[in-house]
Amino acid sequence: MQLVLEKRAERSTIIALVSPVIAIGLTIVTMSILFVIIGKNPIAALNVYFITPLTDAYSLQELAVKAAPLVMIAIGLSLCYLANVWNIGAEGQFLVGAVAGSWLAVKTNGTDAGVWVLPAMLLLGAIAGALYALIPAFCKVRFGASEILVSLMLVYVADLLLDYLVRGPWRDPAGFNFPTTAEFDPVATVPLLFEGGRLHLGAVIALVIVVAAAVLLGRTIKGFEIRVVGAAPRAARFGGFSSNQLVLLTFAISGALAGLAGIIEVAGPVGHLQPGISPGYGFTAIIVAFLGRLNPVGILIAGLFLALTFIGGEQAQIAMKIPLDITKVFQGILLFYVLACDSLILYRIRLIMPQRKAADGAA
Amino acid sequence: MLDSGSGHARSGTVLLQTIGLTKRYGSFLANDAIDIAIRPQEIHALLGENGAGKSTLVKTIYGLIQPSEGDMLWQGEKMVLAGPHDARARGIGMVFQHFSLFDNLTVAENVALGLDGKESFKAMSARLEQVSQQYGLPLDPQREVWQLSVGERQRIEIVRVLMQNPKFLILDEPTAVLTPQEADQLFVVLERLKSEGRAILYISHKLDEVKRLCDTATILRGGKKISTCLPREETAASLARMMVGTEIKQVKAAANRQTTVPRLVVNDLSLAPDEPHGVHLKNISLELKGGEILGIAGVAGNGQDEFFAALSGERLAKDPGTIVIDGHAAGHLSITARRKLGAAFVPEERLGHGTAPRMRLSENALLTGHAASGMVQNGFINTAATLATVDRATASFDVRKAKRDPEAASLSGGNLQKFIVGREILRNPIVLVVSQPTWGVDAGAAAVIRQALLDLAAAGAAILVTSQDLDELADIADRIAVMFHGHLSEPLMTADADRETLGLLMGGSALTPKDVPDAVGA
Repeated sequence: MQLVLEKRAERSTIIALVSPVIAIGLTIVTMSILFVIIGKNPIAALNVYFITPLTDAYSLQELAVKAAPLVMIAIGLSLCYLANVWNIGAEGQFLVGAVAGSWLAVKTNGTDAGVWVLPAMLLLGAIAGALYALIPAFCKVRFGASEILVSLMLVYVADLLLDYLVRGPWRDPAGFNFPTTAEFDPVATVPLLFEGGRLHLGAVIALVIVVAAAVLLGRTIKGFEIRVVGAAPRAARFGGFSSNQLVLLTFAISGALAGLAGIIEVAGPVGHLQPGISPGYGFTAIIVAFLGRLNPVGILIAGLFLALTFIGGEQAQIAMKIPLDITKVFQGILLFYVLACDSLILYRIRLIMPQRKAADGAA
Repeated sequence: MLDSGSGHARSGTVLLQTIGLTKRYGSFLANDAIDIAIRPQEIHALLGENGAGKSTLVKTIYGLIQPSEGDMLWQGEKMVLAGPHDARARGIGMVFQHFSLFDNLTVAENVALGLDGKESFKAMSARLEQVSQQYGLPLDPQREVWQLSVGERQRIEIVRVLMQNPKFLILDEPTAVLTPQEADQLFVVLERLKSEGRAILYISHKLDEVKRLCDTATILRGGKKISTCLPREETAASLARMMVGTEIKQVKAAANRQTTVPRLVVNDLSLAPDEPHGVHLKNISLELKGGEILGIAGVAGNGQDEFFAALSGERLAKDPGTIVIDGHAAGHLSITARRKLGAAFVPEERLGHGTAPRMRLSENALLTGHAASGMVQNGFINTAATLATVDRATASFDVRKAKRDPEAASLSGGNLQKFIVGREILRNPIVLVVSQPTWGVDAGAAAVIRQALLDLAAAGAAILVTSQDLDELADIADRIAVMFHGHLSEPLMTADADRETLGLLMGGSALTPKDVPDAVGA
């Protein structure tokens, strides 16, 4: 008896929808085993991870706050991945966007600058993210450099740049030598949706981006171009689409969205620039993009789910002393299963019996 | 030569026999209870259209596929093969249609990689030379494969198999890539192998060849064996009927078509390859009038792909004037701009070049239709228009598919080709460049496509057809030119272009002096 993967004539739409669910199921099973190994009650742990955060209003708002940057970044990444180019450096673009926007906030700090400050900061963040993402894209188009390596390495450059700025030139003089800028002025802060809550304008922006991406991919020739370049490069060239142009475009869009997410995060929930503003949003967004099947609506759902693991992870640390790193393990296992389950869309698993019997069995 | 002491079967007794051999893929029967018997000193043809089950059958005999049911007898004893090495150990050899050679290795290195034996490289090289001389298959063991012609590459594959001294040899469409003269040379070799007592299973769909060469023929259709017959006692028409199942429609050209103004002109086009082992196009000129079909013959890999890329605009020429479409210099224009001038293109590869395999037909209609039709408005896709194109192509060209808008990859080769040709013809092009229009397509679809090309020409379009099938070109082209090592010969009127002349041109031996300088070893 042996297992074989048999190619399907056509992609299975049912599996395409079900595969993320199977992946999540397998991840939960694997995690339960892991919890048992580290001596925790798996039922209690899973309860803290997935159920508790959904039971109070504060956590629900927090869920949206955490999901917003994930969704924004993942939408941009999905455009790259659909076009078959691999931006792994969204984390760096996120940080650079945060830095660029913060520059204006720091410069106008304490002045009577008007309400233009925040829109200008968001714009700066997006532009900086796009430019930063264009570095690996340009290197790929011009020199054939691997965009995976270049974009990934630039994450650490961005990280150190931010570190230098908040420890050096932009450090808050009244901040007791802590590596942080001064608290941003109200005009440089993303407004809250409800007084006294946590939910801010970023969540609305993320939703708008989801809708825009859905329209772009589903209804426009540009979206078609992105999909066909990724799915069949030679056919795309035959169709008259330039893949180089598209590498630059998709990297610029995904960099802009990551940069925007970065400045919104700093000008929103954090309120000032400091090291560690991102719990790895740029990397987790890769998982979000794939878990969401590179589909805008799927990404919205996946973003909320991954946000849940962040919040659940924090609560599990507090309530059950489960290390925060377990959350990262969790996310890694999830990505593994998502990619594995994806092969079921194009292939089906078949059991092959020893020669003779198969003939009777298959009929 | 076979060692006569090993007690191999006498001529007349059966060497290999299959009994009720069946292969299932899910519910699909690729081979349905096939009985076939092959004797020593016999050239046995396996005839059938694409998808008839020929490849499945020979792969089973060669141990690449495990049968679902049925038995194989080798010299009267039951044979179960764990893999090709098992088949080779018994004396079964196979020459595949698609070569498995490394371009950057020498002939000897390639042969060494394909042999199971433990002899030294030097001994092996010596044996290689000896075998290749013995059978009149000259090869220089020191040359790298990329320098060799397709015919020479095939010789490597054949010699590699002969070095294992097989009793039974399977050849999968060996003449598909050869000039008529090279095919003749191959037949001499095969006759010789036969006279030595070996059996040959010869896969083909070329009926004349089979009638000439083969002693016996087994015809497959839709996975079933239709009959085993003596091809010399059959006519080409009766063989074709058994192969296809119905009478094949003859294509008809419209009587006295008017040729009008030049629609496609190529002026002294030269283009360096963009890949390491690509072909350099050299000084190609041609003029094609509306209403005319020009055929380009030639062995694969002589620059046809490069020429198609240059004509379509997938690769740009430096000088705009080298390619003129309907009076407009177009050498520098993108493929989209050329489409806007009224040109249309059908590449050789259906999946991955002509269509995106995992996209729906409507999206594949958009792939080439976005340039010059109502499919895109202000950047937005008009889905109704793309679906309408699919429906029109389906209706006009009899495209058979499971649902209205399936993925391209789910269609059979013939139906997908009809869709692609239909998609382009429905745009009413004034210039159509087609590469291998009926390659690997069933006879019914091939007739539909050829008729469509003739009708389009009758309506005033200029059509350039590249094909390796000389019969096809003779059927539809008004003039035929031959491509060899990046040169294009002067076109001949089809009536004057007999196989002999074309074959010499395809081998590069009948070029006018100005074309010759670097023809050898380029």
